[in-house]
Amino acid sequence: MSEPVLSVRDLTVAVDTETGPKPLVSDLSFKLARGETLCIAGESGSGKSITSLAVMGLLPPGVKVDSGRIELAGEDLTRLPERRMRAIRGDRIAMIFQEPMTSLNPVLTIGNQLAEAIRAHDPDADAKALALEALRAVRLSQPERRMGQYPHELSGGMRQRVMIAMALALKPDVLIADEPTTALDVTVQREVLDLLRDLQRETGTAIVLITHDMGVVAEMADRVIVMQSGRMVEAAPVERIFSAPEQPYTRALLAAVPRMGDGSGAAPVAAAPIAVLRDLRVRYDIHGGLLGRTTHRVHAVEHVSFDIRAGETFSLVGESGCGKSTIARAITGLVPHRGLIEVAGHKVPEDGLSASPALRRDVQMVFQDPAAALNPRKRVGDLVAEPLVIHRIGTPAERRARVRDLFNRVGLSGEQIDRYPHEFSGGQRQRICIARALALQPKLIVADESVSALDVSVQAKVLDLLAELKSEFGISYLFISHDMAVVENISDRIAVMYLGQIVEMGSRAQIFGNPRHPYTRRLIEAVPVPDPAHLRPPAPRMATEVPSPVWPVGEGPARVSLQDAGGGHLVAAE
Amino acid sequence: MTDITTQTAPPARTERGALGRLLRRPLALLGLALILLIVGSAIAAPWLVSYPPDQQNFDGLTLEGAPLPPGGPWLMGTDLLGRDLFSRLLYGARTSLIIGILANGIAVGLGTVVGLTAGWVRGWTGNLLMRFTDLMMAFPALLLAICLAAIFKPSLWIVALVIAMVNWVQTARVVYTETTALTERDFIAAERTLGASGARILWHHLLPHLWPTIIVWATLGISTTVLLEATLSYLGVGVQPPTPSWGNIIFENQTYFQSAPWLVFIPGAAILLLALAFNLVGDALREVLDPTQRGQR
Repeated sequence: MSEPVLSVRDLTVAVDTETGPKPLVSDLSFKLARGETLCIAGESGSGKSITSLAVMGLLPPGVKVDSGRIELAGEDLTRLPERRMRAIRGDRIAMIFQEPMTSLNPVLTIGNQLAEAIRAHDPDADAKALALEALRAVRLSQPERRMGQYPHELSGGMRQRVMIAMALALKPDVLIADEPTTALDVTVQREVLDLLRDLQRETGTAIVLITHDMGVVAEMADRVIVMQSGRMVEAAPVERIFSAPEQPYTRALLAAVPRMGDGSGAAPVAAAPIAVLRDLRVRYDIHGGLLGRTTHRVHAVEHVSFDIRAGETFSLVGESGCGKSTIARAITGLVPHRGLIEVAGHKVPEDGLSASPALRRDVQMVFQDPAAALNPRKRVGDLVAEPLVIHRIGTPAERRARVRDLFNRVGLSGEQIDRYPHEFSGGQRQRICIARALALQPKLIVADESVSALDVSVQAKVLDLLAELKSEFGISYLFISHDMAVVENISDRIAVMYLGQIVEMGSRAQIFGNPRHPYTRRLIEAVPVPDPAHLRPPAPRMATEVPSPVWPVGEGPARVSLQDAGGGHLVAAE
Repeated sequence: MTDITTQTAPPARTERGALGRLLRRPLALLGLALILLIVGSAIAAPWLVSYPPDQQNFDGLTLEGAPLPPGGPWLMGTDLLGRDLFSRLLYGARTSLIIGILANGIAVGLGTVVGLTAGWVRGWTGNLLMRFTDLMMAFPALLLAICLAAIFKPSLWIVALVIAMVNWVQTARVVYTETTALTERDFIAAERTLGASGARILWHHLLPHLWPTIIVWATLGISTTVLLEATLSYLGVGVQPPTPSWGNIIFENQTYFQSAPWLVFIPGAAILLLALAFNLVGDALREVLDPTQRGQR
């Protein structure tokens, strides 16, 4: 192995607490060679982000390096004064963050930000020319035009490309990428990963990639470090981690990863529909001009029709902005809609607000972020009892007993009902949300990205819980997700959405075994496969603009008509 | 599979009521003691003082007619008319407390109702309410107060009402902004999908989140209202002499600040202490009422 660019030895990072320093990372050692990609994998709280911040010298207040060395070409970074560190940051070690929107300054143009980053380290350089070159390197379409645009004018994937351009403009020795694709859609993730790999081949930059996604690890890594609660559990070349993991934790982590199969499985249930959607449309007005008249409309959902059968899991998949969450909000009466929505025989009123109590009882929703969906100032027991109180069911004592039952049912202890939401972990909070949704014994639960914010192992357990509840209570789910692997694992039937319309719908076997629409195929192919031996066909690597769902008044997107490709497999006609 | 991420629950705590937790904070206790002291001495004023507040004492002035500094029978000295400052301060506390608590309470209450309604209802009604608030904000507060006080015959209660009418706008603006942000949060959406009525969401789910803001504005407002009353008194439309209030004691005497500093310093210190006491209690209350802050201190 050649001389390492970056070497970390016995690194311990601790945070100051009342009871003395508490280690966040303990005795971590690794070496990074030129042109190598090292993946640090682990779940939230494993210390992987703290490690990257320690290398950058950007630890938050109260957190400091206790012992150990971080050497960049023989120089110990932990001992450098801030002024010297600033010169190294961006020039020799660069970092890209998870959320490209918040890492870019919204009031400066892309060109200005890039040029500034270059000038900060090389005042004499022709910054504009270098910036343009950097944008070309990350394969942004129309780089000259992008220079004058602001971050909000670009899509998420383009913004992340700009971040990469900024990080690589000065040809750093080491690039630290902290969950660089977690906030991106799966097809965009694919593009960004391909780009990172191409750029690494061209420049020889060593990459430290921090991720929780074992699929991404399998595709990108040369070597892998698995971390748990601040400690290194296992370090090995990528092939070994996947083929012969030594530690039980690594095995558990890999076992929890949802994998895509061939779409085989139980045949879809044939039962009467519990929910009927016909020609559903949701549009938002955009006001403009002097008089504030409606000038444009966002066509969020266009002519969507489908049925959810009793006792089945119906999934809506698609990328951000395709209208899948809007459908969830229309069914639960949170946004006004046009067209027909009927759940268990009750019509959802078009304004959404005046829904009858009977309808409210039959449809419940589980949100994406359990921390946001629970009122932080209420005890969890009161939150779960809330639907019972609203619908005037039972006496306080009966409600309390029912809440205890529900807590036990979702795998929490009845002792915990007097605690507050912040005292629980993310997975436990989502269980509380599920308990709340179950309280009224609904017929349909709308799960809007309900497991996306959870770690894989927790995600697997919450999905198991949902499946158990389904067979126990005969609940139907409308499951909304961008994660194709999760959808394949739990769905009976699936609809694929693109720009507000359904482009393909069918059973799991039909969609995953025989995807007909090109968009469906692209989605499935883009999913990272947790297997380093998996070979991927080369794909075009230009970032292009996503078509917009905003249309002037009176105009609208062409209506997609679905045709039966056999056995109820509906595909959009070309 | 073993549970690899579920964190161990924190050990069970002894649960205490909000009051119990409040009383365990030394600063809050200090604030409470100060408030009790001020309120108590205002109520017990007749028994504590040796001279009525508006009695012009013959021996309360020097031979040249200058006020006497603190000392001897005059605990806090005398004012320009030979009146006992200690007595005026205690009786003045009654006026100032009524203004500070009542007027400010009405102002904060009104502002909260307007802001909450506008932020929740939105649309046409909400816009109308907020534009009215903006109008009130743009209107010079002092001018408005003078107009109102001139129309009605000045008395303590009218002054309190006038101050409330002027001071509610800031609270309304802040509460409105917070309410609009809160209504976008998922837990409010969750509440709606459960079929909760508007009143339930407002009372049980929005209002608890607004307590910190309301408490901060209520405690901050006490000193400003006391001073606004003083300004009104100075302009002749506030509490009418000879009724004392902390504000008008300062304003009556401010021109003699150099020769008789105690006449300004002592009531000024009283206002400062009252404001400080309420701020200390308010701050502690804000933390005690927020369950997410618990266990972090």
